[in-house]
Amino acid sequence: MAWNDKRPLSPHLQIYKLPLTAYVSIGNRAAGVVNCIAMVLLVSVIAAASGAGDSSTILWLVNSWFGKLVLFGFTLSLYFHMCNGIRHLFWDVGHGFDVDTATKTAKVSIGVAVALTIITWIVASAS
Amino acid sequence: MAEFRLPKNSIVGPGKHYPAPEGATNTRTIKIYRYDPDSGKNPHIDTYDVDMDSCGPMVLDAIIKIKNEMDSTLTFRRSCREGICGSCAMNIDGSNTLACTMALADIEGDITIYPLPHQSVIKDLVSDLTNFYAQYASVEPWLKSDSPAPPDRERLQSPEDREKLDGAYECILCACCSTSCPSYWWNSDRYLGPAALLASYRWLADSRDDATGDRLDDLEDPFKLYRCHTIMNCAQVCPKGLNPAKAIAETKKMLVERRG
Repeated sequence: MAWNDKRPLSPHLQIYKLPLTAYVSIGNRAAGVVNCIAMVLLVSVIAAASGAGDSSTILWLVNSWFGKLVLFGFTLSLYFHMCNGIRHLFWDVGHGFDVDTATKTAKVSIGVAVALTIITWIVASAS
Repeated sequence: MAEFRLPKNSIVGPGKHYPAPEGATNTRTIKIYRYDPDSGKNPHIDTYDVDMDSCGPMVLDAIIKIKNEMDSTLTFRRSCREGICGSCAMNIDGSNTLACTMALADIEGDITIYPLPHQSVIKDLVSDLTNFYAQYASVEPWLKSDSPAPPDRERLQSPEDREKLDGAYECILCACCSTSCPSYWWNSDRYLGPAALLASYRWLADSRDDATGDRLDDLEDPFKLYRCHTIMNCAQVCPKGLNPAKAIAETKKMLVERRG
């Protein structure tokens, strides 16, 4: 919306102290975007693993420290989006709207996403 | 697309400093957004050092004191001073609330006061709520019944049905919720916002109302209702402790249920 008003627009994002629920909401949306990008990488890795064409570049990339860092980020993003997806399922049937409950589930979604990411990487690096 | 930055004419600059009166020992600094439509200048922040020994306990007391004793040009809305009229809604310490029910003691450090966020500012802390009220009117917030009213009494309702309206009818239309909502910031031209949707639900949930179908038809639109993404800012700031997010979810449920 272009601002054609002669009057000023009052400050919003610049001054608002967003609550945790709002940060998690923004994070969930960002994780959704990240997951879409991750899908492209996932398909490239699967294609490389299946032995189609020259796969040396992609395999070198995912085995580098930078590649692993990106994969770690993608894992976290996937779990975070999943946890918040479950949160949204509860909301869709009308549960968890109490401010305290919503704040608590926001914290849980962060905690569980981090825990699942670490467990996944421990399991993956052990196998 | 959402515009995250402020337009050029809205960038806030530094303003004047009003020192505390001579001899004041217990002072607090209050920073207030100022905009004078007659000046042709951008908004700015004025700083007031207020003598707390002669000031009431609430933020409203402090700004009334400023207007009375330090700067009579400061402009804001206020009326009841007890949290029922909704006039003195503003952004205090980064969050929307009523100045009359917000205690100065509950704020740490300097107190910053802005008008309700992402609104057209008329002057200082007074923003234009025309769109907000129009959205409220658009949900037709009155009883619509197919049957004539009984001639000798009010329309009756069971205590259980009456209970369904608790948490939906107490709204004072202060606009704290709608102007705290990022979805409303980016789409207030098409998204009705939490206050209007809570008002809509108040009639959807009323056993005496017969226009449920029409009311739901009106909300079945990509923007009016479904721009709510459960960010929860509305319920976090409501000075009456209401939960518009829950009412919006209940409305979404009603739309799913009638599809069968």
